[in-house]
Amino acid sequence: MIPSAFDYVAPSTVEEAVRALAEAGEDAKVLAGGQSLLPVLRMRLAAPSTVVDLGRIAELRGVHEDGDRLVIGAMTTHYDVQRDPLVRQHALLLALATDTVADPQVRHRGTFGGSLAHADPAGDLLAPALALDAEMVVAGPNGRRTVPAEDFFVDYFTTALAPDELLVQVRVPKFSGWGAHYEKFNRVAQAWSIVAVAAAVRVDGGSIAEARVGLTNMASTPVRARGVEEALIGRPATAETIRAAAQHAAEGTQPVTDANADADYRRHLVEVLTSRAVTAAAAG
Amino acid sequence: MTATIEPELGRPRRRKEDARLITGRTRWTDNIALPGLLHMAVLRSPLAHAKISRLDAEAARSMPGVIAVLTGTDLAEQQGSLPCAWPITPDMASPQHPALAVDEVRFAGEPVALVVARSAAEARDAVEAIDVDYEDLPVVLDMEAALADGSPLVHQDLGTNRCATWVFDSGEAGTGEDVDRVIAEARERGDVVLERRFRQQRLIPAFMEPRSVVVDPTGEQITMWSATQVPHILRLMLAMTLGVPEQKIRVIAPDVGGGFGGKLQVTPEEVLTFLAARRIGRPVKWTESRSESMVSAHHGRDQIQRLTLAARRDGTLLGLKVDLLADMGAYLGLVTPGIPILGAFMFNAIYKLPAYRFSCTNVFTNKTWTDAYRGAGRPEATYAIERMMDELAAELGKDPLEVREQNWIKHEEFPYTTVAGLTYDSGNYEAATEEAKRLFDYQALRREQAERRERGDAVQLGIGVSTYTEMCGLAPSRVLGSLSYGAGGWEHAAIRMLATGKVEVITGSSPHGQGHETAWSQIIADKLGVPFEDVEVIHGDTQSAHKGMDTYGSRSLSVGGVAAAMAADRVIEKASKIAAHLLECSEDDLEFTAGRFAVRGTDRGTAIQEVALAAFAAHDLPEGVEPSLDAEVTFDPENFSFPHGTHLCAAEVDTETGRVRIRSYVCVDDVGKVVNPLIVEGQVHGGLAQGIAQALYEEAVFDEMGTLTTATLADYLVPSAADLPTFTTARTETPATTNPLGVKGVGEAGTIASTPAVVNAVVDAVRHLGVNDVDMPCTPMRVWHAIHRGAGAAPTEMATGAEAGGGLGSIDGGDQ
Repeated sequence: MIPSAFDYVAPSTVEEAVRALAEAGEDAKVLAGGQSLLPVLRMRLAAPSTVVDLGRIAELRGVHEDGDRLVIGAMTTHYDVQRDPLVRQHALLLALATDTVADPQVRHRGTFGGSLAHADPAGDLLAPALALDAEMVVAGPNGRRTVPAEDFFVDYFTTALAPDELLVQVRVPKFSGWGAHYEKFNRVAQAWSIVAVAAAVRVDGGSIAEARVGLTNMASTPVRARGVEEALIGRPATAETIRAAAQHAAEGTQPVTDANADADYRRHLVEVLTSRAVTAAAAG
Repeated sequence: MTATIEPELGRPRRRKEDARLITGRTRWTDNIALPGLLHMAVLRSPLAHAKISRLDAEAARSMPGVIAVLTGTDLAEQQGSLPCAWPITPDMASPQHPALAVDEVRFAGEPVALVVARSAAEARDAVEAIDVDYEDLPVVLDMEAALADGSPLVHQDLGTNRCATWVFDSGEAGTGEDVDRVIAEARERGDVVLERRFRQQRLIPAFMEPRSVVVDPTGEQITMWSATQVPHILRLMLAMTLGVPEQKIRVIAPDVGGGFGGKLQVTPEEVLTFLAARRIGRPVKWTESRSESMVSAHHGRDQIQRLTLAARRDGTLLGLKVDLLADMGAYLGLVTPGIPILGAFMFNAIYKLPAYRFSCTNVFTNKTWTDAYRGAGRPEATYAIERMMDELAAELGKDPLEVREQNWIKHEEFPYTTVAGLTYDSGNYEAATEEAKRLFDYQALRREQAERRERGDAVQLGIGVSTYTEMCGLAPSRVLGSLSYGAGGWEHAAIRMLATGKVEVITGSSPHGQGHETAWSQIIADKLGVPFEDVEVIHGDTQSAHKGMDTYGSRSLSVGGVAAAMAADRVIEKASKIAAHLLECSEDDLEFTAGRFAVRGTDRGTAIQEVALAAFAAHDLPEGVEPSLDAEVTFDPENFSFPHGTHLCAAEVDTETGRVRIRSYVCVDDVGKVVNPLIVEGQVHGGLAQGIAQALYEEAVFDEMGTLTTATLADYLVPSAADLPTFTTARTETPATTNPLGVKGVGEAGTIASTPAVVNAVVDAVRHLGVNDVDMPCTPMRVWHAIHRGAGAAPTEMATGAEAGGGLGSIDGGDQ
């Protein structure tokens, strides 16, 4: 279909973009890779007055190191995140989750920051960002602020971003030497997750020294499976430990019932997938 | 001229049409631009059943660029009723089917008003500005509920939701025994009597190219371009529906990007574009969006099947009784009521069945109307009987292939007249099955299955069998007549021999991706002994290919291709007279091979190209011979053709999640003689994908209000290559005896055979866990529930859309 008419602004700096957003008011939409926004516009589920396109802001793209942090520009495409050696080395979980996003065409257009700011709980990058304690660097009229991932995701498609704010960077602590796995469960290759589990584990001397587990599509926001993490840490990396720990995966989740899965099935799935994800992460 | 041209028949040529189709640099309807072209957009009902109490189009009329806004009231006198060409019974309840709803809407997606504007964007904007007040009417979506006393009616004036009931009874027809008696006796004797209820979910054809129509009213004829499978039928039906003289309408199907039966239709939008263009006097284009296509283009399948199968304890079949409910949706399209009836002749499949009764009740509901979808009636039948054969094998503790072999028609028994009254001309089920077992390594997989069961592996293995036949080559006209269909089943072809010796083949079979241009060129190149490159195939324009019955039902090659081959024979006959004259010999002394007429026993001869030039010049022709080699043939087949095959599927079921993974898939199909093995391979692969999609992925789901909740390709799961296994395909070749090419048709075989093979595999994997059926599509959740609660408790209808969730369907906000 054809979107409603809108004004189009393509600023070349973050400051211009923030100003454009402020001027356009609450009906403005930010265009990153467009893989979620354009379908919404074409189906006329949204009719923004202004679309602010971030595509020409060079500083928003790319990955670099900053001490013990990786800094990923919000407009870095999934394809670039997947292929980035720094991400593979220090945030393998993120790279593995990105590998599963949609299809090659979407991964070449869609962006890391766009996915996070869109805050679809079925999106694959939210749970890894949460599990890895990523920090969101947000630019607004009053400068920049940093929001931890656990405060960033507020509800379905809702983040801590104010209407006149932009996500510009994601800062991810380095998890060098950790094993990681993203266990995605969906029905066809390009589909969203029905449930997915993001696991990163540091095994030391046969025991699980540290563990991070995040859940995709088990509530209106990504969920950190702290019960699972606690049941893993300090215990031998055995099948029994992992199976027992995975029994905690559904704690505190609020899964929905939809066409692909009812809530009970999701609660069951998340335990099975957690066990598989942690097993794979501990092995690698 | 040398006689060393390589035979074209059987050659795996790459398709000559692919470069332009794949790059899109061709005449897709939406690519057509005419001077002064206007654009149409359609407002559709958001409700499944409602009175239109008020429609205010004033604001829309004053929008920028708007030329016209038309409502059902504006067109009520001109639009007639969309045609249904298949009244299956004399008393069939047949509702009016307006292109634009006049005062009531009966499914969500029904056209309510249209806007014509200078640009497509302006037309779309103006549609949003049309203000409609609806008064809700009760909605009925479920077929069984629709037939219950006191159900709300889809069509008040019909007084019922029962469209028609069509019955075939072998006892009454004299083709077999009385099945009720046979079943009663079987029960008394303590034989096996199995009763099952299967559900054929509703599917959406999901062709790649959305529908598109352009109408140019500025010539003496009104010309319509449409992304249709049936330009000839469309022209006839437009004339009959709208009262426009047939000769004043020209229909062109340019390159068409897929259909799967979904473009075997005369659509509301074709009529509306025609009426709007004629009224305004300027060319008008309408192209649908994907979501529009999903809700409003006709759907397929949607049956509830109740089956009773009787067999002796030794496995010999005694009788089959079939009771169907078939969902018409809200209206009847071109062949809607006849689709389930096509299955009547296929439930007996490849088996020697002594008694058979088929009864189908067609039902109206407040959903998108259904009609042809790849296989049309035959996949439903094949699914049911092949599932029942596996159930019978399980009941008897026998191997499913053994039970089939015990009952199928042996190769030496052809021709064989079935309990449904069809005569199968040829087949060799033993050969196809033997080859399939070999390629599959059947025994090794059975051993692995036993071993996994033994150790209670989390991943269980199932083996699914489907031995199928189908009736192709629709159709002998007398058979269509006996089924009350409104037309014949012949096909037309013509050959034009050009002065330069090049050849134009005109076919009435209008392709929409099948590769007719390549296949017909191969047939004619062989027949006439001319180079493949010298043959041009012309189709899809009622002005140049004036006569035809178009493409559906695996008919193109076995009816249209045969017509073309027969026309080539006539060209040779005509050329032979002229050649004899030129060579000063008797026609009897000529032999025609590889494009050359030679005088037997001499080295004298002439090429067909030279004869073509002589005919063109006409300076020296024999007495009474016209100066033309052109010839045409209208071929009416004497019988259907009956492809068959054996499909074997090995599926792994993850009992912890319910996920099904197809591990290997082998099919051995017998489609008779093959013109182009590469095209056959492509048809088989695509067919398998579509049949597997029904088994595992696709389902059109409506919520309780009658809104289609799977209206995007994010929700309606069409699998891609990434979701499918590598197929092992092979063929046996038993030529059809009912046409001179020995061909049978391959367009639907993969779709028909694969669905039961996959579901049989899924059930086989978990039968020892107490499961004897899983509703299609076998989603992970359904399989998991079946394993953990028993099949009876597997939810068939999931509530959808009631809660917010992730994914595209839920998007209504977001910040970036």
